[in-house]
Amino acid sequence: MDLSAIAFDILAAVMLFAGAAVITARNPVHSVLFLILAFFSGAGLFVLLSAEFLAMLLIVVYVGAVAVLFLFVVMMLDVDFVSLRSGFAQYLPIGMLIAGLLLVEMIFVSGAVANSGAAAHAKPIAANAVSNIEQIGRVLYTDYVYLFQAAGLVLLVAMIGAITLTLRHKPGVKRQNIADQTARTKKTGMAIIKVVTGKGIEE
Amino acid sequence: MSVGLPAYLAVAAALFTIGVLGIFVNRRNIIVVLMSIELILLAVNINLVAFSAYLHDVTGQIFAMFVLTVAAAEAAVGLAILVTFFRNRGDIAVDHANMMKG
Repeated sequence: MDLSAIAFDILAAVMLFAGAAVITARNPVHSVLFLILAFFSGAGLFVLLSAEFLAMLLIVVYVGAVAVLFLFVVMMLDVDFVSLRSGFAQYLPIGMLIAGLLLVEMIFVSGAVANSGAAAHAKPIAANAVSNIEQIGRVLYTDYVYLFQAAGLVLLVAMIGAITLTLRHKPGVKRQNIADQTARTKKTGMAIIKVVTGKGIEE
Repeated sequence: MSVGLPAYLAVAAALFTIGVLGIFVNRRNIIVVLMSIELILLAVNINLVAFSAYLHDVTGQIFAMFVLTVAAAEAAVGLAILVTFFRNRGDIAVDHANMMKG
């Protein structure tokens, strides 16, 4: 048993434990932290498969952005999470049944694919002269450049959608309106009033 | 390397199953449902990268990158909808999410 096999066992065990903890933790903040642990272990598995760029991407995007987003939302919402757990025991038997069937099916199918498919008995890709990130760059920017641009559009649409969904203008807050300011003329902005002595002016 | 492709596929299958089970048992808690979806997408990514490594074809890793992009967009929009729903309703119980019912 060499070192990579030991690393695989540890990372896989930690990832499955963290995944189980995500769905069973009582406190959603703990769920988010276990989600981060699961993604770290997943990144370790990617490194074992010599997909270093994707491993770093997983840490930057998921741990750095998505998990922090989840953490912010969980901490900002003032929700009684205990009442949300009320259906846990009720749905557990049917969930376990379906999950068990799914697991058995998928392990059968993946075992068959891995033992008789195109990848059967192949050796994993070894570290060679061309680094992982260079290989990805060569293929991504030649064969998949349109899909790459489309992925950028997806992110743009998601960003605009998230902003328009959550941005709100509170009533009663004075904001600067530059169009109104520059459209102001002497006629609309100023009035000459003859003030009668002793009476003052009304607003 | 003594770890074969079946081991990676089995781990990914187990993680996928955990994600599906999480959607079942936490179906009232929409935040945990979103996290379960992230677990499912991680399992899919492990499958893609494992096949990419064993078939010596980097395309699988590029597809995993696109999955990552869509997952990030989905999490952002999902959480934005959740925040808006919380502002309008004062809670996030999805059982009562029938405001758009005709």
